[in-house]
Amino acid sequence: MVNAGKQLITGLGVLLLLAVLSTSCYAMDYPDEVELDSLADLYEPVVFDHAMHVDVTENCSECHHHTTGTGVANEYCAKCHTGDVEMDVVACQDCHSADPVSIENLRNPQPGYSYHNDQPSLKAAYHLKCLGCHQNVDGPTGCEDCHAKTEAGDKFYRSGEFAPKEPAHSSAH
Amino acid sequence: MSKITRRKFLAGSAAGGAAMMMTPAKKAFAAGSFEGFPDGMGVLVDLTRCVGCRTCEAACNVEQKLPEPALPFDDTSVFDEMHHGQKRRTTDKAYTIVNRYEPKSADEPLYRKIQCNHCNEPACLTSCFVNAYKKTPEGAVIYNSKVCVGCRNCMIACPFHIPAYTYSSVLNPVIKKCIFCYDTRLKEGRPPACVESCPQQVMTFGKRKDLMVIAHERIKKNPGKYVDHVYGEKEVGGTGWFYLSNVPFEEAGFDVNLPKKPIIDNVKDFLAIVPMVLTIWPALFTGFHLLATKGKSHGHGDDNSHDKQEGH
Ligand code: SF4
Ligand code: SF4
Ligand code: SF4
Repeated sequence: MVNAGKQLITGLGVLLLLAVLSTSCYAMDYPDEVELDSLADLYEPVVFDHAMHVDVTENCSECHHHTTGTGVANEYCAKCHTGDVEMDVVACQDCHSADPVSIENLRNPQPGYSYHNDQPSLKAAYHLKCLGCHQNVDGPTGCEDCHAKTEAGDKFYRSGEFAPKEPAHSSAH
Repeated sequence: MSKITRRKFLAGSAAGGAAMMMTPAKKAFAAGSFEGFPDGMGVLVDLTRCVGCRTCEAACNVEQKLPEPALPFDDTSVFDEMHHGQKRRTTDKAYTIVNRYEPKSADEPLYRKIQCNHCNEPACLTSCFVNAYKKTPEGAVIYNSKVCVGCRNCMIACPFHIPAYTYSSVLNPVIKKCIFCYDTRLKEGRPPACVESCPQQVMTFGKRKDLMVIAHERIKKNPGKYVDHVYGEKEVGGTGWFYLSNVPFEEAGFDVNLPKKPIIDNVKDFLAIVPMVLTIWPALFTGFHLLATKGKSHGHGDDNSHDKQEGH
């Protein structure tokens, strides 16, 4: 209850702020950097340059669907959402669960919206969005272009110092 | 014919000839009537998402305690490997592999992860005359390597060329394949290691019947993105792992000529024409024949009476 109340107040506060500024999403309060660490076991956390992406992206909705009040990028979502209202929840992790198929969630499925039944996990939401766009705009797409592998990562992938010994018969390169 | 014991059954079959060996096919369930356990789990594989990072291969290697690979799992040169004119296949050391295809109808290459599809009515299971295989209510097709005699029936019967053999023991080569991480994960309701590891959520884990709805919705919600077919919904009686693609499935290396019916009925005829069977069975038959009690000749037996007492 307390949380809900707090969220409502924050939401109202943001709305009020927006009304006062009466500008586009670019006036919104957003973090310049976001540390993404959900894979931080095999890879170092990624420091995501949010400010830079805000600059190069035409519309916040390309990543934030309809939640930033900047319209709706996906036609399918537009069937219900007009996208002209900023929502309380904007951050990826507010909707995309890190572990959507936990035993708990599989046994007691949340009675969510019937149209939101195919949400990617948080890790997948990042990768699908990032790589999906990077492939189109020739951004970096290699795993290590964005995050450096940890020692645990090298062990897992059998790379670096954990690489298989060169078989005797194969030629060196 | 009255109930017969397994030993007598084998003996009878030995006398009856090669085709006869295949008849325990109907043992677990009547052909064509079994559509999987109602709450069986499955995996929806969306080929449009795969970027060929091979993380899933590494995850399987760790989870299944498989031997060291020839090359690191982040080495993409494996996509160019050809073995006897074929792309890579699953082996006894790699229960899953990712291959790259160059589909005619797309500009981009397509990557496809290959592993056991955990068929609703598995041909491997029905072709195995020592009942080494089992389809669990959770949806996995697992096997008991202690029972396996290394006859390779399942390897030939599987429409997806999945089971592989380990020859680490010459006298007792046994089958090796993806088991849906049954022992370590599925049994407890957890998703397989490869599924969990994938950065792109190429694979979505859940109840097969729920995922089938999601698969069709994904096609509908994204007009023009996918071909309007869920590979594995009907193929060979339905598979536990099934696929969505943006290119016709044959361009992604799928066999699109598989029957909609389970392989159960066909497996006998199919096996009969495979040379390997002809070369291997005579030796086995001789063995069985020697074991058999003398003078018994059952001819064509009714294997169902034998099946019903099978306590799987
Ligand atoms: S894919 Fe092959 S090995 Fe796997 S269950 Fe089906 S028939 Fe058996
Ligand atoms: S389900 Fe488990 S055994 Fe099968 S490919 Fe994935 S990790 Fe390997
Ligand atoms: S981990 Fe996922 S994206 Fe990477 S190769 Fe495997 S299925 Fe494809």
